[in-house]
Amino acid sequence: MQPSVSIQNLKLDFGSVSVLRDLNLDIGQGEFLVLLGSSGCGKSTLLNCIAGLLEPTEGSIHINGNNVTWSEPSDRGIGMVFQSYALYPQMTVEGNLSFGLKNARMPKDEIKTRVARAAEVLQIEPLLKRKPAALSGGQRQRVAIGRALVRDVDVFLFDEPLSNLDAKLRADLRVEIKRLHQTLENTMIYVTHDQVEAMTLADRIAIMKGGVVMQLDTPDVIYNKPANKYVADFIGSPSMNFFDTVLTTADGPQVSIAGKDVSLAGYDFTRPGVSGDVWFGIRPEHILTGEMAGAAPTQFEVRAELAEPMGAETLVWSSLDGTALRFRVDGQMKITPGDALLIGFDPARASIFDKVEELRI
Amino acid sequence: MSQSGKPTALFKNLSAKIAAIPMVLTALMVFVGCSVWTIIYSFTNSRLLPSAEWVGLDQYERLWGTRRWLISIENLAIYGILMLILALVIGFLLAALIDQKIRFEDGFRTIFLYPYALSFIVTGLVWQWLLNPEFGIQNAVRNLGFETFSFDPLYNPDTVLYGVLIAGLWHTSGLVMCLMLAGLRGIDEDVWKATKIDGIPAWKTYIVVVIPMMRPVFITTLVLVTSGIIKLYDLVIAQTGGGPGLASEVPAKFVFDMMFVSQNLAQGFAASTMMLVAVIFVIIPWAYLEFGGKKHG
Amino acid sequence: MADVTTNMRRPSPAHASGPKPRRAFSRKNIMIYSILFVLAVYYLLPFYVMLMTSLKGLAEIRTGNIFAPPMEITFEPWAKAWATVCTGLNCDGLSRGFWNSVKITVPSVFFSIAVASVNGYALSMWRFKGANVFFTILIIGAFIPYQVMIYPIVVLLREIGLYGNLGGLVLVHTVFGMPILTLLFRNYFSSVPEELFKAARVDGARFWTIYFKIMLPMAVPIFVVAVILQTTAIWNDFLFGVIYTRPENYPMTVQLNNIVNSVTGVKEYNVNMAATLLSGVVPLTIYFLSGKLFVRGIAAGAVKG
Ligand SMILES: Nc1ncnc2c1ncn2[C@@H]1O[C@H](COP(=O)(O)OP(=O)(O)OP(=O)(O)O)[C@@H](O)[C@H]1O
Ligand SMILES: [Mg+2]
Repeated sequence: MQPSVSIQNLKLDFGSVSVLRDLNLDIGQGEFLVLLGSSGCGKSTLLNCIAGLLEPTEGSIHINGNNVTWSEPSDRGIGMVFQSYALYPQMTVEGNLSFGLKNARMPKDEIKTRVARAAEVLQIEPLLKRKPAALSGGQRQRVAIGRALVRDVDVFLFDEPLSNLDAKLRADLRVEIKRLHQTLENTMIYVTHDQVEAMTLADRIAIMKGGVVMQLDTPDVIYNKPANKYVADFIGSPSMNFFDTVLTTADGPQVSIAGKDVSLAGYDFTRPGVSGDVWFGIRPEHILTGEMAGAAPTQFEVRAELAEPMGAETLVWSSLDGTALRFRVDGQMKITPGDALLIGFDPARASIFDKVEELRI
Repeated sequence: MSQSGKPTALFKNLSAKIAAIPMVLTALMVFVGCSVWTIIYSFTNSRLLPSAEWVGLDQYERLWGTRRWLISIENLAIYGILMLILALVIGFLLAALIDQKIRFEDGFRTIFLYPYALSFIVTGLVWQWLLNPEFGIQNAVRNLGFETFSFDPLYNPDTVLYGVLIAGLWHTSGLVMCLMLAGLRGIDEDVWKATKIDGIPAWKTYIVVVIPMMRPVFITTLVLVTSGIIKLYDLVIAQTGGGPGLASEVPAKFVFDMMFVSQNLAQGFAASTMMLVAVIFVIIPWAYLEFGGKKHG
Repeated sequence: MADVTTNMRRPSPAHASGPKPRRAFSRKNIMIYSILFVLAVYYLLPFYVMLMTSLKGLAEIRTGNIFAPPMEITFEPWAKAWATVCTGLNCDGLSRGFWNSVKITVPSVFFSIAVASVNGYALSMWRFKGANVFFTILIIGAFIPYQVMIYPIVVLLREIGLYGNLGGLVLVHTVFGMPILTLLFRNYFSSVPEELFKAARVDGARFWTIYFKIMLPMAVPIFVVAVILQTTAIWNDFLFGVIYTRPENYPMTVQLNNIVNSVTGVKEYNVNMAATLLSGVVPLTIYFLSGKLFVRGIAAGAVKG
């Protein structure tokens, strides 16, 4: 099947600063793609290029097979929702919703039906005659989504649409967007900072860094099998623990930590047979403690330096072999600094990266 | 859905470019074109009409040998220096007074600023009337019994400039006050709290802390008042007509008279070019301070 | 300039600075109020004298004190100044100049603001190559003394047949109002969130639609400031009026000056002051009605010098 949005060799420079470099991305029909990355990595820039609000320096953008690289934003079949809502302040909600349709010279009754339908879907019918200033943040963002909805577009673009909302509203609206996607079944490209949003909404996540896509895959793979150290470090909170160590294969794959050999039996190698200096990464939630640790083939004793009780679990700060180490223990365990704890590693859940290109082994 | 190729650079943002045509024409034809035209024709011997006969620096030599021009320059220098100092001092004092959390602040501000809404012509005429020796202030004071009181600056070549200055200050100081007040209010309240805790008296805080902090406002005001001074024309026309004799002539009036009265165009061009040079000398240091300085910190 | 204008906009409660409030009648307070009072008298005196003089008969002016209120109020000078005083060969009073000024000011204000607002909008939203070069020239141009440009403009206006017409003067005001107004509008539109502009483009709006439907309705306050600024400046203009119009089209300022400073005939001080006041009526009315907005306008417009 033809991709819904296809980005080929996209480059964009602001003067001498190169913001997007040779970016390739294919987004399938009806896919929900989340662009995730640290601030300034070019997410909004990419979205603006797709929308036609920025002109790329090189490369091309195709939507439904049409080359739209140089088309007007309104001719691309896209709708866009912004972080600051960007509602036209002097127009009523109804005016905001119908502005795009009027510009397209759509017949009046057609506009009416479409506005009514969108208002119904988003449950903003009672607000139609109000000005944006008289709406709450969540209502405003609903209207902003409605503005894309009425235009019956193929591709929805969201640029951090929930960042200005408080935590509760954010969760509500996140579910609504998910539901909207299930009903409409159109392509959505969604920029966010928020890992939870990314994980819960996305069919696939694209992790960006410095204008390049570091990994593009399903949330599951991104979390469990990060393709490189950057992604491994970026995803997850608190982030992954990394041990600077050596991978040997002579007696079966193993790494050495704090003078003990940790066997990697059960690790799913992407590049079997590679050895040498590596980063051995393990997420705080994948460090075995308590009875589980006792069952692990290799065990370590560490001292708790700091404990952060978070209710269901407690985050323990510690160190091992000169490396800072964070791990989670059951919330019922009372931990005071100085306590000795037994831990172990489950190799199947670890991630190993070479130290040259920092790619997954 | 349209499928279009890369638009040529010329037609990108075409509407915006069309909309900017008036600005482009103004910038190029008027501000650059007309200035260059004047500078070029200042090297000709144009009299009633522009002529292309090249005379090199003759006009400038003649200009700097003309007594009236020299007087105009001197007048402008005296008026300018006094105006600058006094306008800044008075404006700042007014602003500092108004900033003392007084009642009727808006009322006082309205009173100090209203002259700025009036034209220089009105300003000049009213002060001409007030300074009229026969019926004005001098007369009023004499009627009180001070028979020998004398205050007729406009009729004395030695003092006429001060008469103009009084009117000019009356007109402009309110504006300076407004700018200064904005500057004072831009200063963080915590500065005042801090100096109060340190026991520094208010007057000292102004001099040591506040005024240095208001440097940008002072510079802006300085440039504004200066560029106003160089353009000084209407006020003199209305109040003194340049007299008595040549005692209150100013460069802008010299230029106008050369161009439109004496049919000595090239002299006017040369004189106005000199005015431009003067402005450049004001602008460049300012632009340097304002924009050059920022880059370095 | 930008910092000045933003400070002006701050609501007054945040204004408070300076030493903390003290008892209402402390010695220091009394001193401050007396100084301010004396200064206020100095600033108000000219207005007061103008008004008193314009209400007196000539005889009373000759014998009396300019500060004294009229013993017998007469509106004769006002009537004469408005309707019958002579300038040159015309004896129809300042009313001619008044209507000329109206005919000059209204279209000049309209065109200068129309052009500059579109300019400011194009510069802040549709940055195209070279735009900033012209804008920089424009701003530098604001500092060039008019004297450098006035004659070549005469030549240009003559070429296009507008010299001496009101049309020519309107053009001149539009041109010279452009730098400051463009700056004013550019700064204003730059403060409009860029996402709003992007949203409108996604909604299929083009250059003019965005200007008229989105930006114009949002910019009403800045338009008011611009109108105040321009009306006052153009109404008070003397130099351009005297150069670019013929005597029958002279604006009020020029006519006023000619009346008061004419060397022929008896000096009628009361008529002169009535005429002076008459030409101050429009800007003063604007000033008193607009209050804070006027302050914002001049703070922004002060660049014009
Ligand atoms: N108009 C511009 N001129 C120059 N540089 C720009 C411009 N717009 C963005 N940039 C730069 O491009 C880079 C990418 O910006 P972009 O807005 O795409 O980041 P982002 O990933 O959306 O970040 P955030 O999460 O903070 O929104 C940034 O380093 C930014 O400084
Ligand atoms: Mg962004």
